[in-house]
Amino acid sequence: MTGKVAVVVFPGSNCEHDVVHALRLLGGDAELVWHRVSDLSEFSGVVLPGGFAHGDYLRTGAIARFSPVMPEVERLAAAGAPVLGICNGFQVLCEAGLLPGAMVANRDLEFISRPVHVRVESTGGVLTANASVGDVLRIPLNSYEGNFVAPPAALDALESAGRVVLRYCDAEGNVDESSNPNGSTNAIAGIVGAAGNVAGLMPHPERASEAILGSADGRVLLESFLASLHSAAVVT
Amino acid sequence: MTSVLSPHAQLGMTDGEYDSLVAILGREPRPAELAMYSVMWSEHCSYKSSRAWLGRFPTEAPWVVVGPGENAGVVDLGDGWLAALRIESHNHPSFVEPYQGAATGVGGILRDIFTMGARPIAVWNAIRFGSLDDARNRYLLQGVVSGIAGYGNAVGVPTLGGELELSAGYAKNPLVNVMALGLLRREQLVLSGASGEGNLAVLLGASTGRDGIGGASILASTGFDEASGAKRPSVQIGDPFEEKKLIEACLELYDRGLVVGIQDLGAAGISCAASESAAKGGMGMVVDLDDVPLREPDMTPGEILMSESQERMLAIVTPQDLHSVKEVAAKWEIDAAVIGTVTAGGALEVRHHGEVVADVPAASLSEGAPSYRRPAAPPAVLERLWSDAPVLPAGIDMEDVLLRLLDDPAIGDRSWIYHQYDHLLFLNTVVEPGHDGALLRIKGTDKALAVSTDGNGAVCGLDPRRGAARIVYEAALNVAVVGTRPYAVVDNLNLGNPEKPAVMWQLIETIEGMSEACEALGIPVVGGNVSLYNETDGADIDPTPVVGMLGLADPIPQQPPRLDRAEEGMGIWLVGPEDDADFAAAAYTRVVLAHLGGRPGDVDHEVGPAVVRAATKLAQAGVPVVHDLSAGGMAVALAEVCIRSGVGASVVERSWRGLLAEGPHRFLVVAPAGALPDLPGVPTRKVGTMGGTRIDFGRHGSVALEHARRVWQEALPRRLR
Repeated sequence: MTGKVAVVVFPGSNCEHDVVHALRLLGGDAELVWHRVSDLSEFSGVVLPGGFAHGDYLRTGAIARFSPVMPEVERLAAAGAPVLGICNGFQVLCEAGLLPGAMVANRDLEFISRPVHVRVESTGGVLTANASVGDVLRIPLNSYEGNFVAPPAALDALESAGRVVLRYCDAEGNVDESSNPNGSTNAIAGIVGAAGNVAGLMPHPERASEAILGSADGRVLLESFLASLHSAAVVT
Repeated sequence: MTSVLSPHAQLGMTDGEYDSLVAILGREPRPAELAMYSVMWSEHCSYKSSRAWLGRFPTEAPWVVVGPGENAGVVDLGDGWLAALRIESHNHPSFVEPYQGAATGVGGILRDIFTMGARPIAVWNAIRFGSLDDARNRYLLQGVVSGIAGYGNAVGVPTLGGELELSAGYAKNPLVNVMALGLLRREQLVLSGASGEGNLAVLLGASTGRDGIGGASILASTGFDEASGAKRPSVQIGDPFEEKKLIEACLELYDRGLVVGIQDLGAAGISCAASESAAKGGMGMVVDLDDVPLREPDMTPGEILMSESQERMLAIVTPQDLHSVKEVAAKWEIDAAVIGTVTAGGALEVRHHGEVVADVPAASLSEGAPSYRRPAAPPAVLERLWSDAPVLPAGIDMEDVLLRLLDDPAIGDRSWIYHQYDHLLFLNTVVEPGHDGALLRIKGTDKALAVSTDGNGAVCGLDPRRGAARIVYEAALNVAVVGTRPYAVVDNLNLGNPEKPAVMWQLIETIEGMSEACEALGIPVVGGNVSLYNETDGADIDPTPVVGMLGLADPIPQQPPRLDRAEEGMGIWLVGPEDDADFAAAAYTRVVLAHLGGRPGDVDHEVGPAVVRAATKLAQAGVPVVHDLSAGGMAVALAEVCIRSGVGASVVERSWRGLLAEGPHRFLVVAPAGALPDLPGVPTRKVGTMGGTRIDFGRHGSVALEHARRVWQEALPRRLR
């Protein structure tokens, strides 16, 4: 275990450099990894960054899940290593079956690129461990297909186990229809897998990692992820 | 009975041009040759009506690395950093098919930037349509915005803003101008010229199809009429994913030093790329069309040469490096096909199925193009328009007037547009869209760049020289109020049919006005684009120059001014000359009086640059709000600050005219009392105080802040529902 994070680059990814920049800013050790790489044994964690993998001409993430790197991502996930999908990366994790649900087009059928508020719902898992329940974070959203849906049973499982970690809200932390930017079911913005080490969220924490860029609220999420690199039981 | 046009006339070439082509070749052209020259000598590619006048622009400064004539202008930012910038129009394609027209406009401008070796870091859009009361114009606006979002977001280059103008004159000829900015290290600069006999011409990217054939000659170089829908096949189709891979592949090729020269394929496709790279390098080239990857096998040589299929580049590489080039292309999953060889001499020879289909002097396609000095004369209506100044009432109700102005969709909140654009990618955006100019940091340095695009067809229609100078000063002020100093300009001149003397006069006046202002500000013009034949059914658009201004800050302002930083109790100052008379084409005159006439006031080349320097100084000093006055004058500028900051204000002016006049060189400052630095030589006057829940103009009336905010916020979206 090296503590090193692989930031996977699919053709069409575009947030990979931003994620590396933000992780390094927080003291993390992150490196770009091309999607055809089939050995991640030197890495302790993985981020699938935002973008438009393979153009998203088919369903988002539907082609990326077949990339040569994905069996390695699945292996690390099964071994308990932290795996984080941001935006398009979240969509890829859903397509790969590492997280439940899927993202469909935004309620208003328009691309949304603006800061939104999310409330920390649970500190279980690698994304919110360093935050407190009830914290309201201001983080940019940037997606057309960001509207989270899942079958009722999967939703129940998520909600009852406290695996919904972030929910869209207003600046005061109220969750209602008007503070839900894209129509996501139960205003879900971020979730974790059953073991807590696989996480996905639609907003971009790397875009909220420096005050000069308007918000540093995303740091706590990336710090949680980095901290988990050393606590997670990884078998390589 | 329909008349039968000769082959050259069908391709948009005049008899005189055909005769000079025959003189160059010493024979009749072959069909493929005629196809190539018809496009390369089109107005769009050759600038034949404007070229004689463009030399007027000041293009030199010690920091200019590459001036006009290459794919993009390049300026030196210091410490080894360069910026590449370029603006282009995609007006006609966007009218015929708004989504693809706008999308491919973004794709094209990005290629111009990464052709220079730069990574594109941001895009701006200046867009103009007819009134949104008409469903067709709403369709065009929505189509163009989704096209920009669809392509720009997916290709992974943030869109940092732009401008919107709505006027009946653009109803049948919308304008879509796109500007892009790239960043590179000095050692990464790549030029387009082909060199080295025996080097290979490698076509990178997408395969070649029948889309966009004649885009430059048929679409962009003639006016419009009712049959324009039939020109839809001349519009190209964009593929942002292919472009994203092409960007990454090219940047990797440059990093590894694998290209000698490179040229993007835009208007006139392979014809243009091959002839220009050969001509610029003083070389020739042999191209074999059988080696071009095609989407349709039965394309004719002329079609292959003219196709404007998107997402293609022509790289010149040495034979030794070909293997590595192909490896990089394979990694990024793009085609790389050797289609030609660089030769000595200067002939461009094109082969197809073993036959020579073209053999022409490469330089004659670009440098041999005709150049006209068409007759120019002021429009006959000009004197009458100038003497028809708006008649202003003695008093007005500011509540009614301000609400009507804020309800104007080109003045109200435009976040419906820019919230569809990814404007944060690359983590550079310090001041986002929605302020006067966007501010971008350059990571790893203490520098920042600002960009603003500005135009004003209404003012330029009344006086193109004054109007063009005013937009240069406005753009300069817009980059100054976020803390940068104006550094370089690119321009997009959108005008009507140059075969009309009035349009030629407008073109010459526009160039003169812009040049004078740039000279006074000491900033070079490093690139530009001319879009003519913006006419439909014989009616020309107002002359609409658009300025793209780059500003540089070193160091980056620690707390750049923002419209939302005003607080209760702060003072409000007006900086710049007093004005209560400039109402020609002002927002009040257009929106409330619905009047068109009068002569816009002139710029002042002494005061103008001093005001710009004052704005930069205040913004660098950390003043909370520094906001340029534009449409709607002081009243609208103040309302924008109040709405964005959530604080009311009280302003006492003797005459209402001072609240709404739109004379140039003026901005508002909001700052704690006593915090305003001294501004020698620039008029500064305190006009009011922030506070309360109303925007209060004393005896001229007042508006509840909340009411103003709702009207402003809904002005654009309510018209699109």
